[in-house]
Amino acid sequence: MSDDGTPDFSNWSCPLPLADYPTIVMGHGGGGKLGNELVEHLFLPAFRNPALENLGDAAVLDLGSGRLAMSTDSFVVQPLFFPGGSIGELAVNGTVNDLAVSGAEPRYLSASFILEEGFPLSRLAAIVAAMAEAAATAAVRIVTGDTKVVEHGHGDGCYINTAGIGVLRQGILVGPHRAQPGDAVLVSGTIGDHGMAIMSVREGLEFESPIRSDCAALNGLIAEVLEAAGDAVHAMRDPTRGGLASTLNEIAQASGVGIEIDEPSLPVRAEVQSACDLLGLDPVYVANEGKAVFFVAPEAVPAVLGTLRAHPLGRDAARIGQVTAQHKGMLVARTAMGANRVIPTQIGEQLPRIC
Amino acid sequence: MKYLTEFRNGEIAQRMAREIHQIATRPWKIMEVCGGQTHSIIKNGIDQMLPATIEMIHGPGCPVCVTPLELIDKALAIAAQPGVMFCSFGDMLRVPGTEADLFQVKGAGGDVRVVYSPLDAVELAVRNPDKQVVFFGVGFETTAPANAMSVHLAKRRGLKNFSLLVSHVLVPPAIEAIMGSPGNQVQGFLLAGHVCSVMGYWEYPPLAEKYGIPLVVTGFEPLDLLDGIRRCVMQLEAGRHEVENAYERIVTFEGNRPAQKLLAEVFEVTDRAWRGIGVIPKSGWRLSEAYRAFDAEERFHITGIHTEESPLCHSGDVLRGAIKPAECPAFGKECTPRHPLGATMVSSEGACAAYYNYGRFLSAGELAGAGATSTFSKR
Repeated sequence: MSDDGTPDFSNWSCPLPLADYPTIVMGHGGGGKLGNELVEHLFLPAFRNPALENLGDAAVLDLGSGRLAMSTDSFVVQPLFFPGGSIGELAVNGTVNDLAVSGAEPRYLSASFILEEGFPLSRLAAIVAAMAEAAATAAVRIVTGDTKVVEHGHGDGCYINTAGIGVLRQGILVGPHRAQPGDAVLVSGTIGDHGMAIMSVREGLEFESPIRSDCAALNGLIAEVLEAAGDAVHAMRDPTRGGLASTLNEIAQASGVGIEIDEPSLPVRAEVQSACDLLGLDPVYVANEGKAVFFVAPEAVPAVLGTLRAHPLGRDAARIGQVTAQHKGMLVARTAMGANRVIPTQIGEQLPRIC
Repeated sequence: MKYLTEFRNGEIAQRMAREIHQIATRPWKIMEVCGGQTHSIIKNGIDQMLPATIEMIHGPGCPVCVTPLELIDKALAIAAQPGVMFCSFGDMLRVPGTEADLFQVKGAGGDVRVVYSPLDAVELAVRNPDKQVVFFGVGFETTAPANAMSVHLAKRRGLKNFSLLVSHVLVPPAIEAIMGSPGNQVQGFLLAGHVCSVMGYWEYPPLAEKYGIPLVVTGFEPLDLLDGIRRCVMQLEAGRHEVENAYERIVTFEGNRPAQKLLAEVFEVTDRAWRGIGVIPKSGWRLSEAYRAFDAEERFHITGIHTEESPLCHSGDVLRGAIKPAECPAFGKECTPRHPLGATMVSSEGACAAYYNYGRFLSAGELAGAGATSTFSKR
């Protein structure tokens, strides 16, 4: 690309093969040869499956009969690579988990990339490889996609949007409005790992043992829970942005019930608690990317907890509270001191304190 | 950092609370100076564990809350200037100025950044020689050493593009102002542990003597706070008025001497306006003559600031301990963390925000049925 003036890239295509370009140029999003090469040399080999290979304008899918669930999510995380994962795993697992907690078996994903001019192809390849591996682990296929390129300085390297389709299981009715007084509240593992992993990289905080993101696909774990407990599971959610507190508040409001949690029972890694203490944050508001919250009928608690703890992603599962008919729409915690406090939804992001 | 969990032990806390119930024979009003302590008391429900006769009054020790509106407006004006990189601790971003907050300035294209240390801002200045990097240096004696070090380093490295917008405030003059105010009800103080980790507590015996009040250096974890309250009540019951250290694992009598030496070099004592309270003589620090060139107020010459506080906001009364947050007519109505009228509703250390966030606007009846009614929440 020439340095003088502002060239018009709208119909531009560079003749050089992919390997000769170490970084993304405007032409990769131009619909020409460069874009095709990106598909042929990068996306197709990584995501290969029959629906994608047609390379049509739309993937044609056979989902049989039954009800479908659909979800979409955009990923703009910084840094793109962090301990425990990258934007690639997040983009696949995030949409897979949204489908899974809705009671669906995730099947197909789309993947759209918004790339910044100058973004190293080696990094894009690493992200795509991570997506391919995450999709294989979650047993979903990436069947359609798109690439756009924005000028240098107009993006943050790489943004990804994924949308997903899943098939709802027969006889399973879960939803955020189905929590009932008496239900037990279970969480599948430690909270706050993802958010603090990101923050410690972003802020250059170093701990003896680095905090790793919990990023993982939960559809396998959730399938086993539903197998074990069936319709005794009333609601499920993955507490991502806003953390456990926001998720529980949403369910309290959607179901018109109160939720009480026992604060000392919350599973929090020591290093995550330390990092939170250091920054003046509360782990209940910190994001998770591989955890689910379950609202289950009390008689099903042993079966669900047993199933969770037998699964590698649920080893630290815990019962953290219950649903009540009191204080509707509110989340109340019993503190270690034996007092009660309300845990509200945060207004925006948590802000690190001065001192 | 495992040691922190040991100071959050519920059983020991209950035992300490029972001891306070046994030793307290009369009503006492105790002020915790520091906003971090207010936050911890309300979050953990420490006040609910105390006898009904012991009232905790929340002091003016939240640096976000007491930073004058005029300085917030100056910060907004500087941050909005092209070529400026404005750095701040996170919780200053949402503090409302007269017309906007730093988030809005950022949204409108201002280069506003959250940093965790003023030394990071110095690094930004080194890496961005074409930008004017300004750090918003607010806080009590706790944050002052790092701010002083940032200016000290900037001077040593000959940085022409780093400056400090400084509004430091000091604890001892605030205690004097509270004790000297008509209608004061405070009978004893929990001193801010972090402030004393820097300054020691050699400044306080004259105050204990002058006003006949116990002053107990206190930490921030539940057991720290209960120990501080217990020792304060013991002194009050025995008619003693001494400075006592209940935060020995961090605080020494002398404090951090090298830090104090640097502070004396970089800063000089000045009269300071406290938001909601007014000017307290000799209650703050500004950059000393030798470092005046790094003063953002001098460098940017912002004029024409006309501040206007919300007439509905009673944060001054809250900061003086004259009213509890929920007693303000605007609390939870016109004023919420989403639409704060005053800084006490913004900062996580602000008393109003602590009351709002932890549901202290609800009656005990509304909270009961949490199935877990505290044995101490009978009051």
